[in-house]
Amino acid sequence: MNGNAEFDRDLTPHFADSLDYVTVRIGEQLLGLPIERVRDVFIADRITVVPGAPSDIVGLLNLRGRIVTAICLRNRLGHTASEACEKGCSGLTAIGLDHRGESYGLIVDAVGEVVRLDRSTFEPLPVNLDPTWAALAAGVHRLPGSLLVILDLDAVLDLDLRAAA
Amino acid sequence: MDELLQEFLTETGENLDTVDRELVRFEQNPNDRDILRNIFRLVHTVKGTCGFIGLPRLEALTHAAESVIGQFRDGATVKPTAVTAILETIDRIKDILAELAEKGQEPEGNDGTLIGELQGLANLAKVELDQPASEQEAPPVDPVAAYLARHGKPQDVPSIEDIVFQSAPSPQRGPDGRIAARQQPLVEEGSPQRSGGPPTLRVAVDTIEHLMTMVSELVLTRNQLLEVSRQQEDVGLKAPLQRLSLITAELQDGVMKTRMQPIGSAWAKLPRIVRDLNSELGKRIELVTEGADTELDRQILDLIKDPLIHMVRNCADHAIETPEERRAARKPEHGTIRVCARHEGGSVTIAVSDDGRGLDIVRIGRKAIATGLASETEIERMSEAQIARFIFHPGFSTAENVTAVSGRGVGMDVVKANVDSVGGVVDIASRPGLGTTITIKIPLTLAIIAALIVVAGTERYAIPQTAVRELVRVKTGDENRLEEINGAPVLRLRGRLLPIVALGELMGHAKKDKAEGFIVVTQIGERQFGILVDGVFHTEEIVVKPMSSKLRHIPLFSGNTILGDGAVVLIVDPNGVARLVGANDTETAADEPEVPPAAAGAGERTTMLVFRAGAGRIQALPLSLVTRLEEVDAGTFQHGSGRTLLHYRNRLVPVTPLGQTELHREGIQPLVIVSNGGQTAALAVEAIIDIVDEQFELELATSCEHGVIGSAVIRGRATDIVDLAHYLPLGDPGWTGATRGGAAPEHVLLVEPSEFLREMLSPVLRASGRVLLTAADCESAIRTAAAPEVGFVLADLDRDVEAALKLFATLRARPRNNPVRLLGLTTCATPELLRQAAEAGADGTIAKFDRRALLGELNARATELRDAA
Repeated sequence: MNGNAEFDRDLTPHFADSLDYVTVRIGEQLLGLPIERVRDVFIADRITVVPGAPSDIVGLLNLRGRIVTAICLRNRLGHTASEACEKGCSGLTAIGLDHRGESYGLIVDAVGEVVRLDRSTFEPLPVNLDPTWAALAAGVHRLPGSLLVILDLDAVLDLDLRAAA
Repeated sequence: MDELLQEFLTETGENLDTVDRELVRFEQNPNDRDILRNIFRLVHTVKGTCGFIGLPRLEALTHAAESVIGQFRDGATVKPTAVTAILETIDRIKDILAELAEKGQEPEGNDGTLIGELQGLANLAKVELDQPASEQEAPPVDPVAAYLARHGKPQDVPSIEDIVFQSAPSPQRGPDGRIAARQQPLVEEGSPQRSGGPPTLRVAVDTIEHLMTMVSELVLTRNQLLEVSRQQEDVGLKAPLQRLSLITAELQDGVMKTRMQPIGSAWAKLPRIVRDLNSELGKRIELVTEGADTELDRQILDLIKDPLIHMVRNCADHAIETPEERRAARKPEHGTIRVCARHEGGSVTIAVSDDGRGLDIVRIGRKAIATGLASETEIERMSEAQIARFIFHPGFSTAENVTAVSGRGVGMDVVKANVDSVGGVVDIASRPGLGTTITIKIPLTLAIIAALIVVAGTERYAIPQTAVRELVRVKTGDENRLEEINGAPVLRLRGRLLPIVALGELMGHAKKDKAEGFIVVTQIGERQFGILVDGVFHTEEIVVKPMSSKLRHIPLFSGNTILGDGAVVLIVDPNGVARLVGANDTETAADEPEVPPAAAGAGERTTMLVFRAGAGRIQALPLSLVTRLEEVDAGTFQHGSGRTLLHYRNRLVPVTPLGQTELHREGIQPLVIVSNGGQTAALAVEAIIDIVDEQFELELATSCEHGVIGSAVIRGRATDIVDLAHYLPLGDPGWTGATRGGAAPEHVLLVEPSEFLREMLSPVLRASGRVLLTAADCESAIRTAAAPEVGFVLADLDRDVEAALKLFATLRARPRNNPVRLLGLTTCATPELLRQAAEAGADGTIAKFDRRALLGELNARATELRDAA
């Protein structure tokens, strides 16, 4: 969000170690998604609700000829889903991701900018974190004025994980 | 080397499959030189390639096999042992190939015995060939060597390009380097069968799958464009769009075609399997295949390959009898399994039929009860076809002993599961003693299907067209309207109750007050049900996309698609909906006992004559009890001494009004003529309405109303079933006296598990003047039959043959003063059944509804007794 963090190229020699994040907001919380996993950011139009689907799933939508499963990140993180999400309204902001050959859209409240962060500001998760969050987050970046929780996207998209737990 | 090996493995695998098939064909047709030449060439190709790549074990095996085949080619007799040995060799080669594919190396092992055997066979054949040596030219020392000498040794061309060439199946082609020069994974090859066939291209399946996906996208985009152009009046856009549309359609067709494979490739293994089963089971089975060139999507083909094999194995093991049994049943010793495929509209129908013993419905029914799949009463209501479907339940096997071939209860459920998964339908038809036919109907392709787009609530859904039988519009107050039984909606459709599922409610929308809209009548196997939707748009070709893995557990949907306007629409899985209907069925069964039989289509079919019998009452009589229907001029009735008589066919027949019918004084009077042996009676009715062949439940009359056994719902109307016994004596007091013969009434015991049939037969028996006793099962029958008055036992042979036969044997063995007459009743008399019944001591077997024969038997007995007295 401050967007001008100084970055040290030597600290990110490999693609996998990249500390570039797409920031999104759920309520007041700032969350970071590893940029190499983000395919695109789009406005979810005309969501088809799937009866009988898990509550995390908002529905299905057509993104340039591909069928994308829309997942409500709010709900996934244990918050109450926004009304818009529940009704499967149009005009929701979504982050396009690929996971095991399938396309997903994470519905978020808002998308911020792309930030590149220094590894030195990264910290493991505090132990007192809510178990739902602890299972879905990979760590925290200390930003001036706010905290950026880094999401473990594989865990977020692994809906069965929570069902099994 | 890796790629080369890969290429070799695919090629060899295919070649060996062909050899398998061809060998079995050759064994039956030893004079067909073409087949032999083909086999020889294929085996030789494999051998050549093995030697070249450096696979000594494979080379030795193929060489030995080749020598034997070579001897055949030179005219040696084709012995089954030799063919078996070669088939065994091919199996061994396949094993080695499998390991080779895994480890990239030829496994260690010793094939000495097998090679020895083959050599022995080759020598034997050689001796045979040498014997009439005076006649024949000296055979070549080694046919293989001779063959090689003619076609040149592959070792002469060791360059890499030629290795690729050598792995191609046809060894006759000259080493022109053309193929290798392409330097791509696509290897051109001549048709392995005929050199004159069209040139083919080997393409990786992935490539085609990808192409298919792209075309699907293109189709969607085109649909979207069409939608846009529909809203705009831009002439400049129309023409190119038209062309795009055409090209897309053609492209789609073309790509679909590349995915198609002849179904013959799925049953290529069958001849071999049947041959092996023949020797394993000691049976003689012939496999007939038809329509091998019927083309089918590769994806579907893969899914039905195993089910097909399962079904054929099942046929061979369970259905086809041993030659001795077949001879006893007067059937040809050769059993035949017929596998045929054909196109039918947008689907392919595959039928596997045999001429074996047919399904043992009774045993399946008992097994279903034993395993808790259905209750006894449920089984009683079910049609044979429905009971037969139990074999598709997981773990269901009636086989008493598990053989290596089948009987473990796995198989038929896999068949059904696989066929279901591709949106297909399995049907089974069986005739005892004559055989069984299992029909599979599957869509041509999974990728693009025709679907009916419907709307329920605010959402649209697609219903696969293959499951849709018809559409019915329903409206409150209309003729077609929904009715409810304890909240469960049903629709009367051509005299049957159709259970209805509201799609909107299923999808979680609020229940609507007014049940209006369309009923999509859907059929899954034997079960029909209706899906209530609010509106129907049109039928559209949709590109099926698999459901997201997160949503695949929802049984209601089989996939999703994108419509022309870009919206994602869920594809309703009728199988999933059917399962929900099934759940509803058992729920309503507790509350409304008379509904499920109609809803589920259970029960036995009976043909009934329906007529009006005065005062607006509808009555019915089983047609089998009726001799004929007449319309006579009421003026010809003759009245005398309180009776009305009709001069009918040179005799006077009593006319009795049925129910509250008033005899006409003039005009035309419809009559139902019933006759019993030499006696005839005419029953006057107001009007004859219809003849209905239906399944229904007989509700016995609670009040003591005369002339009515009970009532049933026929064509949606409450109908009285006429008690014929009540009317017959009324018309002519002397009617029954004639057959009674003055003596004390004899007792007849009717053993019939079905209540309906029991009630149906009772009037006939009572009308013959006998005291009727009934028993629902054979055990109680044995007790009842102990009474000395019982002179007749009529036992049903349909439900439980064994118990009935046991009953006969028990009664026969019992010492009695007066001989008891035992008769079997059946709806399907087979020679086998008649023989069994006779062996058990039955005096005869009659068709269940053959009233004439039944009365004839009873009368014969009466005469016998009188004569004896």
